[in-house]
Amino acid sequence: MHARRRSSRRSSAAPSSLLAALVIAALVAFVVWVLSAPFRRRVGPGPEPPARADEREALESAKEAKYAEIRDNETDYRTGKLSEEDFRALEVALRAEAVEILRRIDQLSAAPLASGRTAG
Amino acid sequence: MAFAGRIALVVALAVTLYGIGASLYGARRGRRDWVDSGRRSVYALVVILTVAMAILEAAFLRSDFSYNTVANTSSTTTPFLYRAAALWSSQEGSLLLWVWLLSIWASVAIRMTRNRLRDVVPYATSVLLGFGAFFTMLLVFFDSPFTQTHPAPVDGAGLEPLLRNPSMLIHPPMLYSGYTFFTIPFAFAVGALIVRRVDAEWIRVTRRFALASWLFLGIGILLGAHWSYYDLGWGGYWGWDAVENAALMPWLISTAFLHSVMIQERRGMLKVWNASLVLGASTLAIVGTFLVRSGVLSSIHAFGASTLGVPFVILIGAMVAGSVYLVISRRAVLRSEHALDSLVSREAVFLLNNIVLVGLCFVIFWGTFFPLISKAATGTSATVAAPWFDRYTVPLALALVFLSGVGPLIAWRRATLANAIRNFTLPLAAAALMAILAFTVVPLHSSPTTVVLFCGAAFAVSGIGQEFWRGWRARIASAHESAPVALLAMIRRNRRRYGGYIAHVGITVVLVGVAASSAFQHEQTVTMGVGQSVHVGAYTERYVAATGTVDSDPNHTGATLTLGAVLRVTRGGHYVTTLTPSDGFYPAAGVMPGAAVSSLIGGQTAVSEVALDSSPRRDLWAAITPPEGQLPESKLVSRADRIDPTNIPGSDQVAIAYRLLRAISAYYRHHPPPVTFTLLASPLVMWIWIGGLIVLGGGLVAIWPAPSALRRRAHARSAAIVAQELGRA
Amino acid sequence: MSSPRKRTIRLVVCLAIAVVLASGLIYTSFAASDPALSPSQLLRTGHAGQIYQLTGTVVQHSVRNRAGGVLDFRLADRSGGGRSIVVAYTGSVPSAFAPTRELIVTGQVRGGRFLAQPNSMITKCPSKYTAAPAGE
Repeated sequence: MHARRRSSRRSSAAPSSLLAALVIAALVAFVVWVLSAPFRRRVGPGPEPPARADEREALESAKEAKYAEIRDNETDYRTGKLSEEDFRALEVALRAEAVEILRRIDQLSAAPLASGRTAG
Repeated sequence: MAFAGRIALVVALAVTLYGIGASLYGARRGRRDWVDSGRRSVYALVVILTVAMAILEAAFLRSDFSYNTVANTSSTTTPFLYRAAALWSSQEGSLLLWVWLLSIWASVAIRMTRNRLRDVVPYATSVLLGFGAFFTMLLVFFDSPFTQTHPAPVDGAGLEPLLRNPSMLIHPPMLYSGYTFFTIPFAFAVGALIVRRVDAEWIRVTRRFALASWLFLGIGILLGAHWSYYDLGWGGYWGWDAVENAALMPWLISTAFLHSVMIQERRGMLKVWNASLVLGASTLAIVGTFLVRSGVLSSIHAFGASTLGVPFVILIGAMVAGSVYLVISRRAVLRSEHALDSLVSREAVFLLNNIVLVGLCFVIFWGTFFPLISKAATGTSATVAAPWFDRYTVPLALALVFLSGVGPLIAWRRATLANAIRNFTLPLAAAALMAILAFTVVPLHSSPTTVVLFCGAAFAVSGIGQEFWRGWRARIASAHESAPVALLAMIRRNRRRYGGYIAHVGITVVLVGVAASSAFQHEQTVTMGVGQSVHVGAYTERYVAATGTVDSDPNHTGATLTLGAVLRVTRGGHYVTTLTPSDGFYPAAGVMPGAAVSSLIGGQTAVSEVALDSSPRRDLWAAITPPEGQLPESKLVSRADRIDPTNIPGSDQVAIAYRLLRAISAYYRHHPPPVTFTLLASPLVMWIWIGGLIVLGGGLVAIWPAPSALRRRAHARSAAIVAQELGRA
Repeated sequence: MSSPRKRTIRLVVCLAIAVVLASGLIYTSFAASDPALSPSQLLRTGHAGQIYQLTGTVVQHSVRNRAGGVLDFRLADRSGGGRSIVVAYTGSVPSAFAPTRELIVTGQVRGGRFLAQPNSMITKCPSKYTAAPAGE
């Protein structure tokens, strides 16, 4: 039903294994080049000690989350799920929590730093 | 080139091991360069595995049968697209697909977090590379896709006709994307617990990845249900089969996580719970992968014994032990900061929803693993059937529908009870109206659970509609925008909320479709001759004529002979539709001397091509049961075999065989024997798929990142409000 | 509303309810389950009046259509060897049904034959894999 392809495969074996060898060589070279790149360039100590960068990052996320909560509170009020009294009470509480986060961010920024700008 | 593929896999394994070492070393010593090199291993892994995939896929596309896996699953007569998909129909191919997808998603995750979570990322990288190492190790030492046989066979066994379905092109990759994506939240959870940092940033990052996993897995499950529905013998769209359950469980747990993580975000509560959910969902995803391939449980997917059982059990054991150890040893960091303010709050509803979802998962887990549990407990393996599952999942599903309607109506933190009660008025009225309709207009009362579900659905949908309406009106009033602009702006400003609402509507629609089609389905299995008819529910289906075609395969699956029937469907005397189910017969791998005609149609099992007429109101489903184990018109076929001379060249034998087959096909058309039909009339099935798409649409809305300009504006406004508090202008 | 003692009480109550529900679930699973056996196990230990879930492969040349829409065939163990049992089946036959195919069918033993419940046959998804040399 189908022509035998055995003979044609044998004659194409040589260039095929050359191609395979090239592919393998290229792959290995690529891997070595990619993985060694960080060691070849000078990586400075970074603009900010990692621990502080992480803490700032966490506080920034907490700030964004708190802002979202404040907006949600307003949406809840506008869609009739909260009485005005409850809305105001919650808003005051949320703002106080946001202020606390901002204060902690400020404290972090006020602490002595090697260079001006933050990383994250 | 197969040799290159094998070497590529070995290089991949080496790279994963290097990356694990580099990341861990860099993390312990605070060396950025080693950490970066470890990150780059993930990128390198994508490239290497893509090369391996390309080599294998090329072998499939050019039908290189020297590759054992190509010979086992493809053939020259397999249509092109299915040849490409045959790669993942075998164990070794699907392992390669799995680890390739893992490397892609891992690099996306690593790239997205390149400037964040700097202490967590090295450990997360190691975990991801650890998974990569596990799977490449399986590929290198246990089951390689690059093994060859020389000389190569002339033709392959061909892709199972049953798998020649467009779903085969997308269901496995989608499901595997879902499973592999779960390794990312796992890796970040493990990393965060190791460095003792489970904070707002971790939540932000993990939630996105968990949502993506949830989306992919959901699509995979939906596609699997859809495919199963099209196929006779696979249990309709859901059969509580072990492998179906295995995909559903992580999806349920991640749904729970997506809700409860919002509680952690707001109140700093449930940290242990959330960490456990993330770790649990991912472990269940690996369990799902294991179940599909190990044969440990009877299932439509279980392929009998496999060499991979033991390595998988070790991996799962390590994941469970590691997770438990981390959660217990880090419990100080996971202590709750606050408690629930009020039981009348969205947080409380989410907590309830979590309990229901985890309860649902536990029921399904128990039922799925019961054969193993009972074997351990009593010595005999026993199974529980669908009725047992239904008994427990149905009430839980009802609870979910109601909760999905209650949640949107209650405020965060501390709702005003009076307002909440007022907000329930419209939804409760809708539910009551539905109850009245269910007993009068569309009599559903023969199935009380369906009535309750429909009422719950009315409650949920109208409540969410009310939410959209009120938010929209408020926005128009405050922002003075036109109506359509206001609606879009409202959704864009709060994608998580409204995406979630949309997903809730979707789930409700899915459950409505499931309830209606289960409770009110009509089925007939009947043998009919031409001219006879049968009643299926309110429909009358009449066998009008037989069909037979040779080689112009109407379903494009490579069938040599397709025999079918024409069914005319009427309702109350009015024409509804025509259904044309058929059976396809496939060629064998080669011509057998003295059996040329049989070889044309006796290759693999005949496949029943289902005829389906879908409308929003009902599905009409028809299939012909192929003659079991026998060729059609077998007497004619054996006579034709004897007629076909064997002393002429093969290609001429085939040509004559085709002519004889055409004659047989014509004979069948003119003298059709009685045929066994399976006929279904199921209401509202289409809504299952529509609902599924709505759920996914909601998920997409929720996951879509807000454009940064929008984010800045929103923050500027909030910042201004809060700045006033600080007394700064 | 949120004193530690109240929270502990709430937690204990919830856990107690969970334990009760779980016990109910576990009990009914044992009560409602059907043993899952292979043909040789069934022939050894099966008895009348009990519903079994039978898993096996269809034996070559054993398929017969009988009158009244009944399908007869022999089912042997998945791992090969062992005895086979005659199965009488009515109802819709999945299109993947064929000799040497694996399937699952539910029913009862009667007089040395397995009477399958109508429409209880499920065939296995035929995606190929390489079998392990030893059984599971």
